[in-house]
Amino acid sequence: MIKFLIKGLSRDRSRSLFPILMVSTGAFLTVVLYGWIKGAMNDIIDSSARFDTGHIKVMTQAYKELSDQVPNDLAILGVSNLLGELRSEENNILWTPRIRFGGLLDIPDSLGETRSQGPVMGLGVDFSSESNDKNILNIEKALVTGHLPQKKNELLISEDFSNKLGVKIGESATLVSSTMNGSMAMYNFKICGIVRFGVTAMDRGAVIGDINGIRDALDMPDGASEILGYSKDMLYNEAEMTKLAQKFNKKYFKKTDEFSPVMLTLSEQNGLKEYIVIIDFFGTILVMIFVVAMSIVLWNAGLMNALRRYGEIGLRLAMGESKGILYGRMILESVFIGLAGSLLGTFFGLILSYYLQYHGFDITSMMQKSTMVMSNIIRARVSLTSYYIGFLPGLFASVIGTMFAGIGIYKRKTSQLFKELEI
Amino acid sequence: MKNLILLLFIVSSSIGYGSPPSGEEVLTKIDRNFTSKNHISTITMVIKGRRDTRTLKSKSWVEGNDKAFTEYLAPAREEGTKMLKLKDELWTWSPSADRIIKIAGHMLRQSMMGSDISYEDFMEDPELRNVYDSKVTGEEEMNGRSCYVLDLIAKQDNVAYHSRKIWVDKERYLPLKEERFAKSGKLLKSVEIRKVFETKGRWYPKEMVLKDALSSGEGTQIIIDSIDFDVTIPEHIFSKASLRR
Repeated sequence: MIKFLIKGLSRDRSRSLFPILMVSTGAFLTVVLYGWIKGAMNDIIDSSARFDTGHIKVMTQAYKELSDQVPNDLAILGVSNLLGELRSEENNILWTPRIRFGGLLDIPDSLGETRSQGPVMGLGVDFSSESNDKNILNIEKALVTGHLPQKKNELLISEDFSNKLGVKIGESATLVSSTMNGSMAMYNFKICGIVRFGVTAMDRGAVIGDINGIRDALDMPDGASEILGYSKDMLYNEAEMTKLAQKFNKKYFKKTDEFSPVMLTLSEQNGLKEYIVIIDFFGTILVMIFVVAMSIVLWNAGLMNALRRYGEIGLRLAMGESKGILYGRMILESVFIGLAGSLLGTFFGLILSYYLQYHGFDITSMMQKSTMVMSNIIRARVSLTSYYIGFLPGLFASVIGTMFAGIGIYKRKTSQLFKELEI
Repeated sequence: MKNLILLLFIVSSSIGYGSPPSGEEVLTKIDRNFTSKNHISTITMVIKGRRDTRTLKSKSWVEGNDKAFTEYLAPAREEGTKMLKLKDELWTWSPSADRIIKIAGHMLRQSMMGSDISYEDFMEDPELRNVYDSKVTGEEEMNGRSCYVLDLIAKQDNVAYHSRKIWVDKERYLPLKEERFAKSGKLLKSVEIRKVFETKGRWYPKEMVLKDALSSGEGTQIIIDSIDFDVTIPEHIFSKASLRR
């Protein structure tokens, strides 16, 4: 019977080709849109985690209150002890200290006076073997020319910023900032490399130095703005990190000491929790609207198909085919069409999604004034859901459409069939 | 008889209710206290942060409104750091980096030496009447002194503070309290003069506390250790070469 039905569909192109094309287009668009939204969301979270929030972050309570102002006077002291404890107690997490700082980068002329200068945001990164921070930040991959800092006074500079200041590798640059005690910090660095992260907020005016050099410059012995933690697979797990934060805070958090450390998960920082919920909500709504719209289109296609075959159905009923068998066969046919269309649409949807996952879509021109820490290349993300989400409109909607249209079969009276068919 | 009563009423109304001076007159008298041909001063700044308190000492040479040179004398980390202001330009030099750096643009809004004073404050025209339109809005008592309350609105947009509210001692024409606001009306800084002294016919602050409303510290206490007006200052002091000397 199945073979018979498939043969019928394949020989009558009006019953197969157009419906399959409709279904596959709907499934294709659903798969791509879903992958795209999930990819964009994931990209923002991943960039924030790598450059800013970590999967988990330790800072002092006082620093936490004003963290957007990078108040290094409220930074953590005694970092080596705390880091040692974290590394031994939670060895499934990659722990790394960082110093975030702001200020002015000044490039001297031959007389030692200002040739060019610009506001700078900087990171003091632990390049030692104990820390994996250079890999977390993908610094080696981001290096356009030069080498990573090998000495305390060496500095990496972002490509756009180096072009703006007209500074080259080997040249001197003075960081003007504030020390941990609030004094003026003026420290001479040597540019050792130029980097491009593909994150506008970083590429516009960032420098990266060895954390020990930055400690000297900002007078922060054994200090750090924050200690970041990452799961080893680099995938953020909210439940696991929340548990870890609760355990840490129970041990270290002291309500009466504003300089005692406090641990926050990624979602507890920079309003990311609300952001994730909002994006997830609107992403789901968008996908749902699209799925529902495609379902209506394909449902309508199922209806049209059944109505187009009104005469054929009447004839088959007149010839004595039972209503139940006829109804069942029509549904079975729509299952085949839905299945074939969904498979085809999902297949091509996955190909495009995989392409967008690896190559992405460059939005640099739209990010010129952005301060968000997110990649300039938005990539799709293929997940398990991508493999079946196309079947919602593709298979179920077209089958339901046929089921509704087929109800008409039961309403037709055999006594009127010959009259209707003008036989 | 009626006319006599009316005359008495007018006379009695005017006695003791003399009209207050205009805002412009008050600002002119304040400026007379604050500005001079030149002066040399030594100042102690106590900066109260959330973690610790730092004490800085500095010596300044000032000529008119356009030239100023400051050298930090203590603590050790700051010792030898110098700053030069010429009209609307500002340079700094630090012995640790041996670089003359121009402070401009965004950096001007930053805190000077970790205090509640910004470089922009340091660069301000000290004569308030050049920058602000003023109006006396009331009278209040401040630290036991009778004061005029003045509202100041900036004449131009390119100033650090769009408006100010100042409480000016009616007798000495010295502001005892000041609040500085952004265009949005948000309080940015407050100043309270706690001690004053008289020298060569002018009243001057001896001790004041300046608080940046946006910072987490407890404010900066400024103590004028000494100040000499109308002295001879060699011209070479106000040159970039003197930063490295």
